Amino acid sequence: MSEHIVSPKIYVAVFLALLVFTGLTYGIALINLGPLNPLVAIVIAMIKSLLVILFFMHVKYSPKMTKVTIISGFFFLIILLGLSMTDYISRPWAGSTPKAAQTDAPRQ
Amino acid sequence: MSDSQTAVHVLKHHFRDMEQQNETAGFGMWLFLVTEIMFFGGLFCAYLIYRYLYFDSFAAASSTIDVKWGAINTAVLICSSLTMAMAVHSAALGKRKALVAFLVLTIILGSMFLGIKAKEYYDKFEENHVPGPNYHFIVEPEMTQHFHAIDQAKTEIFFSLYFIMTGLHATHMVVGFGLLVWLIIASMKGKFSPGYYSPVEMVGLYWHFVDIVWIWLFPLLYLISRHH
Repeated sequence: MSEHIVSPKIYVAVFLALLVFTGLTYGIALINLGPLNPLVAIVIAMIKSLLVILFFMHVKYSPKMTKVTIISGFFFLIILLGLSMTDYISRPWAGSTPKAAQTDAPRQ
Repeated sequence: MSDSQTAVHVLKHHFRDMEQQNETAGFGMWLFLVTEIMFFGGLFCAYLIYRYLYFDSFAAASSTIDVKWGAINTAVLICSSLTMAMAVHSAALGKRKALVAFLVLTIILGSMFLGIKAKEYYDKFEENHVPGPNYHFIVEPEMTQHFHAIDQAKTEIFFSLYFIMTGLHATHMVVGFGLLVWLIIASMKGKFSPGYYSPVEMVGLYWHFVDIVWIWLFPLLYLISRHH
């Protein structure tokens, strides 16, 4: 096959990095960082996904066509999640702490 | 048998050469995986919306799950991704025995994952945390200290998403077992060579994709708010 053969050393390094990040995401979840907690969890999961995609799935060495296909997939996923969430977040009456709804109540 | 002879044997007539055939296989597999991203994406979207709307109930429900098993399972699945990557590597080098060994290891690690998952599901049944007529969520006093708006009906939404998302993930793993068994039989028959191992590579892509789904499910379902 024409593609690049990845050295097992790289696989083992990626594997160890994935284990370290798993420990890290658990450890950081136990520390109170306020709104940063979910952000850190998402960033770590993104790094882990990227490591798996680039090295285990050989995308780093794949043709451009494959890369564009994958990027388009995640692009539409971000549209799905992003547009749905901007809708819900911008509803003043929604959310677990509906501050706007509480302040509105006495007016009626 | 030399590589070129094998290549002639496995090259389908509608492809120019092996390189084009392999690239097409990879492209097609990724198109399928993109549909899988959107398939799971719908569930992730539902999860995000309900987590935003009922955060306190979600955090309280998530805190009743035993993180230990989720963390062990994450490690087990990462190990299985390594053995799968090594299986593809062995196939590319034409090491048949190593290929079979790594595929078998991948199945064993996958079974360990599902075994632990079954134990977790059993615990959920014991605790009456399975959505349905017997669903019952006890709000502990320490939960109400941190989360003020816990609603039993909303915790049931969390567990519905928990079972659908982990269940769909587990279903994908069962499909993966079928594919791995097929690969093991084919590789024992000597169907693969350094010139032709696309099926191993494509199943590898599928297996790693399932691993990535779990990489997201672990923090989202197990670690919503653990710092109390």
